[in-house]
Amino acid sequence: MLETTTTATRELTYAEAIREAIRQAMEQDERVFLLGEDVGVYGGAFGVSAGLIDQFGEERIRDTPISEAAIAGACIGAALTGMRPIGEIQFMDFVTLSMEQLVLQAAKLRFMFGGKATVPFVLRMPGGAGTGAAAQHSESLENWFVHVPGLKVVMPSNAYDAKGLLLAAIDDDNPVIFIEHKLLYKTKAHVPEEMYRIPLSQTNIARQGTDLTVVATSLMVQRALQAADILAEDGIEIEVVDPRTLNPLDDQPIFESVKKTGKVLIVHEAVGTGGYGGEIAARIAASEAFDYLDAPIRRLTGLDIPIPYNRTLEYHTVPQVENIVAEARKLVKGEY
Amino acid sequence: MTEAITTVKPERAEALLAEIGQERAREMLEVMWTIRAFEEKAKELYALGKIHGTMHLSIGQEASAVGTSYALRPGYDYLLNHHRGHGHVIAWGRGNNIKPTMAEFMGKQTGFCRGRGGSMHIADVESNNLGANGIVGGGIPIAVGVGLSIKLRRTDQVCIVMFGDGAANEGAFHESLNMASIWDLPIIYYCENNQYAMSMSVERAFNIERISQRACAYGIEGFTFDGNDVLAAYDAVSRAVERARAGEGPTLLEAVTYRWEGHSKSDRQAYRTREEVKAWQAKDPIPRFGERLMQAGLLTQDEFNAVRDAAYQKIEDAVAYAENSPEPDVANIMDGVYA
Repeated sequence: MLETTTTATRELTYAEAIREAIRQAMEQDERVFLLGEDVGVYGGAFGVSAGLIDQFGEERIRDTPISEAAIAGACIGAALTGMRPIGEIQFMDFVTLSMEQLVLQAAKLRFMFGGKATVPFVLRMPGGAGTGAAAQHSESLENWFVHVPGLKVVMPSNAYDAKGLLLAAIDDDNPVIFIEHKLLYKTKAHVPEEMYRIPLSQTNIARQGTDLTVVATSLMVQRALQAADILAEDGIEIEVVDPRTLNPLDDQPIFESVKKTGKVLIVHEAVGTGGYGGEIAARIAASEAFDYLDAPIRRLTGLDIPIPYNRTLEYHTVPQVENIVAEARKLVKGEY
Repeated sequence: MTEAITTVKPERAEALLAEIGQERAREMLEVMWTIRAFEEKAKELYALGKIHGTMHLSIGQEASAVGTSYALRPGYDYLLNHHRGHGHVIAWGRGNNIKPTMAEFMGKQTGFCRGRGGSMHIADVESNNLGANGIVGGGIPIAVGVGLSIKLRRTDQVCIVMFGDGAANEGAFHESLNMASIWDLPIIYYCENNQYAMSMSVERAFNIERISQRACAYGIEGFTFDGNDVLAAYDAVSRAVERARAGEGPTLLEAVTYRWEGHSKSDRQAYRTREEVKAWQAKDPIPRFGERLMQAGLLTQDEFNAVRDAAYQKIEDAVAYAENSPEPDVANIMDGVYA
């Protein structure tokens, strides 16, 4: 009984959950290995891979020079020839230096070769603002990848999902862009020790509600859940929907939620123009849920500016809990 | 610093031919002719309007394609190819794969890539030909991963990655050669210096005499040789293969050669003279190898002619096969995006 209790209450941080997924996958499958800048003794810029080198050695926990194009290429070539690499890009911003390899090679090889090649790798990278790191270390570039057929894009919003989604991503035979959030690394959740998988392309209803659907990604799911608690005090029940995998998207649960609530707010940290919210909005507008809408589809996104350094300016650049609460109230009260 | 282009001396050629053997040497000549015939036919099909898109012909560079692939073991070793890559595909398949190659060139379902890739993306994954690449230098970082995979799997395979002089000026070249070097990866970085990156001559694009000099920046071996001599290519790659299999890391090779045709179909060739082209055509690698074989008593003039004629006939058969092959079915257009 005691052991069951311990297991049921076992909590890990988001960073620990990711580390555990990497460790367990590497223990189980020798084709899996990690490479990236400072992932070895340093333990990764955010400590995600801390200690793994002690267990697996420097061959499988492989420090690379600062060479993002070659890191991506190394993942592709190894994946093409029977390995299942996990690459780490230290900050999502730096993946701009890998884009040729990811967009023109990884995403297209299978299709260009008539479906005869597989490119199974995961490229992990932390995105997001909120650390005072300013414009070149705070980007949310997920939609760059969403726009590329052949890549899968995963954005876990909590520690439990992070482990289950990463294990599923490692199993997947496609290149998976796995976007972590710096502000989530220290957040805790119940994380079982066993190697559970959360299937990719499976949207999650993070909280049930009746008055408004809030579709949110990554850190914004947590902020939407906090907003939900505040709104519930006023009797407003919002339903929080977390796609988890942005592409390929499981959109039916979003439509079902909108059909139930009749109103939808889409929240993401990335800039609004050309952002993922537009895709969600378009899909809802083109679906059977359209007839159920009794308010305009609203988006709450990061401002169309680079992330500023100043703490106050940075705070006002990306959606905060109070912004979600305010938008939700307006929608529910029929002010749009 | 001027480094000589290494040529194969007569006594070395004799030793290499003894190593290769008569049958295999004749096969190499046959494959060179097959590539020439394929490329000439490709040009003709394009002129007839039977091919859409573009293509990049390798006429004049056959020695490089054949010499490299015969120093390697297709199906065991790995090939990453570039956009001027028909010859490398054919040489990797020892000339026995021209039907699916031609079918892919014509966009047919029976092509290597089921018509999805075309001229610039021909791959034969089953034989470890990991594909041609439409991006200049695109395969160079991928080779790092192939080399790393070989090292982690502890086999003695080798990866050769072909690229042109233009690719050596891409940033990814620097990242990749450095990474391959620090990890001692079994990779042959093979630069086919055909004198022009589209219109940009190597004289204008480099401030060094030989591209292989860059090897010293990465602490690896670099070597430049006569890329119009099939034995020189075979010899250089063989030595690099030996080093790679022995765990001694990557090599940067530079084959000095010349493309007879324009960069692609849109090229009016305003950047070079007819005299220059003619001077290089006089160094045609195919009769050169033929003469070498005849001098060594391994071939007669009649046999040389017969090999040539057979190659051109084989291409006609491949064209007929491709022309009679079905188009891809539009109903399956989404296939292969995801596994």
